[in-house]
Amino acid sequence: MKIAVCVSNVPDTATKIKISAGGKEIDKTGVSFIVNPYDEFAIEEAVKTKEKFGGETVVISVGDDSNKEIMRKALAMGIDSGLLLKSDGALDSDGVATLLANEIKDGGYDIVFMGKQSVDFDTSMVGQLTASKAGINCITVCVSLTIDNNSVTAEREIEGGREVVNSSLPIVITAQKGLNDPRYPNLKGIMDAKRKKLEEKAVTAPSPLVEVLEMSLPAPKAPGRILGTDSSAVPELVRLLREEAKVI
Amino acid sequence: MSKLILAVIEQRDGKIKKSSLETVSKAAELGQKLGYETIAAVPAASVEESEKIAQYGIGRIVKLSNSAFSNYSPSGYAKAIVEFAKENGVEVLLFSNTAMGKDLAPRVAPLLGAGIASDCISLEVQAGELVAIRPVFAGKALQKVKVNSAVKVFTLRPNVFPLVENSTSANVENVSIDSPDLSTSVTEIKRSAGKLDVAEADIIVSGGRGLKESGNFHLVEELASALGAAVGASRAVVDAGWRPHGEQVGQTGKTVTPSLYVACGISGAIQHLAGMASSKYIVAINKDKDAPIFTIADYGIVGDVFEILPVLKDEIKKVTSN
Repeated sequence: MKIAVCVSNVPDTATKIKISAGGKEIDKTGVSFIVNPYDEFAIEEAVKTKEKFGGETVVISVGDDSNKEIMRKALAMGIDSGLLLKSDGALDSDGVATLLANEIKDGGYDIVFMGKQSVDFDTSMVGQLTASKAGINCITVCVSLTIDNNSVTAEREIEGGREVVNSSLPIVITAQKGLNDPRYPNLKGIMDAKRKKLEEKAVTAPSPLVEVLEMSLPAPKAPGRILGTDSSAVPELVRLLREEAKVI
Repeated sequence: MSKLILAVIEQRDGKIKKSSLETVSKAAELGQKLGYETIAAVPAASVEESEKIAQYGIGRIVKLSNSAFSNYSPSGYAKAIVEFAKENGVEVLLFSNTAMGKDLAPRVAPLLGAGIASDCISLEVQAGELVAIRPVFAGKALQKVKVNSAVKVFTLRPNVFPLVENSTSANVENVSIDSPDLSTSVTEIKRSAGKLDVAEADIIVSGGRGLKESGNFHLVEELASALGAAVGASRAVVDAGWRPHGEQVGQTGKTVTPSLYVACGISGAIQHLAGMASSKYIVAINKDKDAPIFTIADYGIVGDVFEILPVLKDEIKKVTSN
């Protein structure tokens, strides 16, 4: 089975976001980047799928040299090789998906794993866009996955429950927390990762369909009221919720 | 022929979702402002509540019907919507950013050559163009965007856009989908018994590390039950295995916008605040007066959750039963 996992690097979730001088992007000064947390479930599932069915695994990322660090982490977790699609310009989700879809079609992949969303721009759509552009199937937000020959059954999280979805290979699967427990790379994995092939391919960024006009920080909230230090403050709290906020 | 805005409607158990009616309200408003005709499309086996769509301002209701559409089929719904949009020259498509809308809209957009802006919290006409605002970094920042393709797709965050009554008469057209693409289809829905989901709840009571151990979470559950609220959790307690991931609020969980968010024993790590800071009212109960949660809370009690929660539950019960 030919298995791909697509990863993106995102600012650490503890990052305090600042806006850059141009007002359209974030200021990356001093920001540390990590593997998108949902991609870790995708990497683990790719490794597990190969352990079960054999074949080869490739980690694909779109970006620049700074993506190599997170790709090495995927290699250390057990992915066989890496492919960096080096883009020469700004990309929106649609652009990333176009580049991934081209690669997935050309590469003849059976299954492609991704995180259900990147915790930077939170569009939650690169998996679906990629599958749609590549003309293959897709199940999103998966918390369980079973592959049997050509057939795929997954459970995806919805409001108040789960949907059981049937489909078939080739397919894009987007991973939700709960799909598995990602392994920690061990020392041998980390050493091996340094020797694994990490290929680069120059690609042309398609022009974005979504134009960012402005980025801003939300207006800070006015400080609230401390009503007390024990349960004697409860009646006042309940009164405010009823009479001032009118929410109960 | 006038240009078209299509609102895609989601039914669950024969009922139209409230978020879909929010989307209908917005579509009707934009239609009026832009001079576009509005249509509501319902991919379904049967449409039970078409009058509700008309009540919120769209009279022309198109049922994209097939008996297999009683359950969601990502491939089937996408193909039916794409074909309808192409045949009728739809220019703007609106979806709710629900589990279904999030899944479906990005399958539809590329097949129409459309750009898509997801999870919008504002969508307005500015100088004749649609301009959206969408939270990024789980709400730590906001992006103002426009879509530059001829066909444009937007998904709207639930619980943000108001329901606006604007009654018209319902006229349901049936478009029968004869050869649906069922290559990816839902075969079964497993419900979490009797649980309200944080993504849809109007009130959320969340618990964190301050509850000390998973066995104490009943205090949060009892308060939630008194308020008719959903139970939420911080990442720390989900990672510790006390609560399921579906309840996690924050940057690696769900971003929520309820009317009332009650944080119990949650200190307010930046990644938690990102997911709930846009709640309309926030109550924080925490014994550490310096906890960051107090910087965004409207009302706070600096005290012991074990002492306060039972009293709060009783007081809520008392006033809501009157």
